[in-house]
Amino acid sequence: MLALALATLVWVLWQRLALLRAAAPSPRWDHLGERLRRLLVIGFGQSRQPRYRVAGIVHILIFGGFLVLSLRSMTLIGEAFSAGYADLGSGYAAVKDWTGVVVLGACAVAAWRRVVVRPARYHDRHARSSHTPEALLILALICSLMLADAAYEGSALVLEGKGGGWRMPLASLLAWVFGAVQQTGGAEQPLLGGIHLAAFWIHNAVLLFFLCLLPLGKHFHVLSALPNVFFSKLEPSGKLKPPSHLEADFDALEVVGVSKLEDLGWKELLDVYSCTDCGRCSDHCPAYAAGTALSPRMLSIKMREAAYAHYPLRGKVVPPEQRPALVGETIGTAELWACTTCGACEEACPVMIEYVDKVVDMRRHLVDDGRLPASLQKPLAALEKRGNPYGKMARKRGDWVDGLAAEASANGNRAVGSDRSEGGDPAPCGKGVRILAPGDTAEVLYFTDSCAAFDPRIQRTAVAFAEILLHCGADVGTLGKDEVDSGHEARRFGEEGLFLALREQNLLAMEQRKFSRIVTSDPHALNALRHDYGVELPVLHHSQWIAESVASGELNMQGIDDGRTYTYHDPCYLGRHNGEYQAPRQILAAIPGLRSVEMERCAGRSFCCGGGSLSLFNEPECERRMGEIRLDMAAAAGAQVVVTACPFCLINLEDAIKTSGRDEHMEVVDLAELVAQSLAPQSAAMESESA
Amino acid sequence: MNIIVCIKRVADTSEAEIVIQRGGQGLEEEDFAWGINEWDNFAVEAAVQLKEQHGGVVTAMTLGGEDDEEVLRRALAMGCDEAVHLCDEAFAGADAWGIAKALAAAVRGRSYDLLLCGAVSGDAGGGQVGGFLAGLLDLPLVALATCLEVGSGNGGTGGVARVRHEVESGLERVVEVDLPAVVTVQTGINEPRYVSIRGIRKVAGAEVQVLDGAALGLQAAELGSAGARVRLEELFLPPRGEGAEVLEGSDEEIVQRLVEMLHQRGGL
Ligand SMILES: Cc1cc2nc3c(=O)[nH]c(=O)nc-3n(C[C@H](O)[C@H](O)[C@H](O)COP(=O)(O)OP(=O)(O)OC[C@H]3O[C@@H](n4cnc5c(N)ncnc54)[C@H](O)[C@@H]3O)c2cc1C
Ligand code: SF4
Ligand code: SF4
Repeated sequence: MLALALATLVWVLWQRLALLRAAAPSPRWDHLGERLRRLLVIGFGQSRQPRYRVAGIVHILIFGGFLVLSLRSMTLIGEAFSAGYADLGSGYAAVKDWTGVVVLGACAVAAWRRVVVRPARYHDRHARSSHTPEALLILALICSLMLADAAYEGSALVLEGKGGGWRMPLASLLAWVFGAVQQTGGAEQPLLGGIHLAAFWIHNAVLLFFLCLLPLGKHFHVLSALPNVFFSKLEPSGKLKPPSHLEADFDALEVVGVSKLEDLGWKELLDVYSCTDCGRCSDHCPAYAAGTALSPRMLSIKMREAAYAHYPLRGKVVPPEQRPALVGETIGTAELWACTTCGACEEACPVMIEYVDKVVDMRRHLVDDGRLPASLQKPLAALEKRGNPYGKMARKRGDWVDGLAAEASANGNRAVGSDRSEGGDPAPCGKGVRILAPGDTAEVLYFTDSCAAFDPRIQRTAVAFAEILLHCGADVGTLGKDEVDSGHEARRFGEEGLFLALREQNLLAMEQRKFSRIVTSDPHALNALRHDYGVELPVLHHSQWIAESVASGELNMQGIDDGRTYTYHDPCYLGRHNGEYQAPRQILAAIPGLRSVEMERCAGRSFCCGGGSLSLFNEPECERRMGEIRLDMAAAAGAQVVVTACPFCLINLEDAIKTSGRDEHMEVVDLAELVAQSLAPQSAAMESESA
Repeated sequence: MNIIVCIKRVADTSEAEIVIQRGGQGLEEEDFAWGINEWDNFAVEAAVQLKEQHGGVVTAMTLGGEDDEEVLRRALAMGCDEAVHLCDEAFAGADAWGIAKALAAAVRGRSYDLLLCGAVSGDAGGGQVGGFLAGLLDLPLVALATCLEVGSGNGGTGGVARVRHEVESGLERVVEVDLPAVVTVQTGINEPRYVSIRGIRKVAGAEVQVLDGAALGLQAAELGSAGARVRLEELFLPPRGEGAEVLEGSDEEIVQRLVEMLHQRGGL
């Protein structure tokens, strides 16, 4: 039986691995130390479980029990071959008996939650079938393992005439039952012997059945989750997977993106096998909350169903042309275009499943195939022809700085460093910022990106930041009309070729100027410069710049005490994707008198406002806009003012204020605006400086 | 099902400041972004979709300067099979008739079932070339198509097309037209596919047939400005008329002012 069961298990696993063997490469054998650490902390340590209190604790208990009892299970099998093999001493016997009690209790809670509590996340809006029967079956199998072992031990206790006492509560309980039955029914020793033997075989049979069952459904994760954690992505989540791990030259690629299962890397398919169907990803997904077609969990489930169907355990692999298209049929295009790449799903997943790379890879295929939402064609064409999605004239990109310059010269101010530019006329400069011509030098480059350069509302945040820079006496320049869009969103919408062209132009413009740091007020640009461009100079977000200046005492902020309550909204590409949660909060804390509260979904669990740049041209069909849902959260926290640090959060949330009729009682501001507003009047500061 | 699509490269003047060249003979082009005429993009998509359904060869054809090759490459990237560039300095200054004559000369002698044009071009907006082509080639014409299907089976000549098209008074009608025919395509007839940068690069090496006036068998006197019977006298921005008023200020101020004015003058 053992041999048969193990052979079955190995055979099933081998069949399952067939797809992984046919898959594209995933380079995941590096940094083994860090991988081991993750395996211990996130895998064995279950560190991501307690984010959902009850479910997490229940899982930790069952998982812990599983570890303790796996020894028992193995030795019980050994017992079949040599008597006494399972006897590991009374210490382990007690531990494992208590563990059995705990696991039974945890299973009872889990079953209760499945059947009675039924948390919303257990059932996905887009799911065709419920996985509750499978979950209950597994719980029942686990319980029967516990009970069979207890019956085995309990009958032994009676047979040997011993008592387990409190050291072995479960076995003792059954021993007591057996004893009682024996006395009243006058049952014979042989019957007890039969029970003893039956319990032994039942335990072993159930165990082997359980093992063979695992790779057939969502409980594959029992086997694959630990390797999945070990092989998880080590790079920052904001760093996208390149179109190919084998060919660096994008133009030389034969196929781009993922159009069939085999185009995914083997690790991405291991993801698909490992999904526990817990629903935490979708529970955190803004697109799911907004009621779009997207539910990240369903991406995994549907891909797994496709994998099982097309790589069947018995019979031949179904060739790609005979399958429903992975992209477009199995996974709908509406699902793919609804993702904001916010990363909340990945942050929530207990087994480190990756989604953003998969979504982008499938979009790459769609773009290559010409299938793009119609609303995105114009902005993409404008990016190509004019370097910004709005179709504005490239030569006007630096005009906001000229506007500042005009204002500044009217006030008699000059930007720091403006007199350093060679030649007759000083370069156009305004407040703390000037436009750098090729060959010019500044200490810091301000990468504005398209939104701050062209959107009148966001220009105001750029002006506010320029005011702060002036206060700091910083020597800051922009690329002016030589800057083009960072291409961050173009890349995430799957238009890799366009991204590469934009990056080339920006890198060239940067090469022509000298500076030692880069600062940007757009987290998407920050992420692009850090992770898509691989710029070696330090790249700062404006919140980091301001926090530094506050800490060093350069910025002296007056109090804001308007009786309103503020809350900080973490932009996905600043927080989750670049790990900066503190700087903005330090700034808020440094403004005297400002009252601020946290929303429930803050920091790593922040809820995306609706997405950046091109997302503004691509509003997926939904029940409620993400921005409106976010405002509900701010209102629930008791805030009237939402402070953010990203141009697109500002635009999305301001729109949401209008569409949800909150004009009267809510407001959104950028950190820079808040800080500029709380600074001592600029002219006074300048005068006192020069005095 | 062989199809020829005539496409034109035009300037996108949105967001650009319109500056008339001195002498009123043209516009300052520095700020313009160039690309395929919007209607022609739909025509190319329609042609490629028909090819995908019925097979055959789609040829994209443009008359224009060297830079205009760009739109042919784009059409190839969308799925056209061949590209023909009518390029000759002598074509400069042609009127719509001259353009149509050159196109007709290039079309003659090719095998085709359908000749597609955009309904109008986004720059001069004459809407003439398609019609002239039909006349010059003695073919039936259906203008402003919003839906286009061809009868299958016959292959080659002899088939028919069913075309839904716009007619006056906001009506639409469906007609059946014998092939070969000229159909001019309205925007919205389909959803043109996206052309990625990579898609364009992939066809960078594809052959484009270049034909000059001589190759088309046209005489110098028929070409370009020499042959044009419609000549540009002057290009100008219409002067602001009497009573016209441009409101200035923020959006809110403008709207408020507009509402006031409409109230005052009885518009509301
Ligand atoms: C109803 C009407 C109103 C008009 N109103 C005005 C007016 O208000 N003011 C004015 O000045 N003129 C007007 N005209 C005249 C018009 O501006 C000129 O006739 C113009 O030169 C026509 O050429 P086009 O470039 O606009 O081509 P169109 O005839 O508009 O182009 C239609 C299609 O022909 C094909 N095509 C055109 N050129 C080429 C090319 N070079 N290569 C390949 N294919 C091509 C394309 O498929 C294109 O979509 C009007 C004409 C008409 C019929
Ligand atoms: S990245 Fe954000 S929007 Fe996309 S699936 Fe994950 S949670 Fe949803
Ligand atoms: S992807 Fe992760 S979070 Fe989502 S259902 Fe699967 S295991 Fe749970």
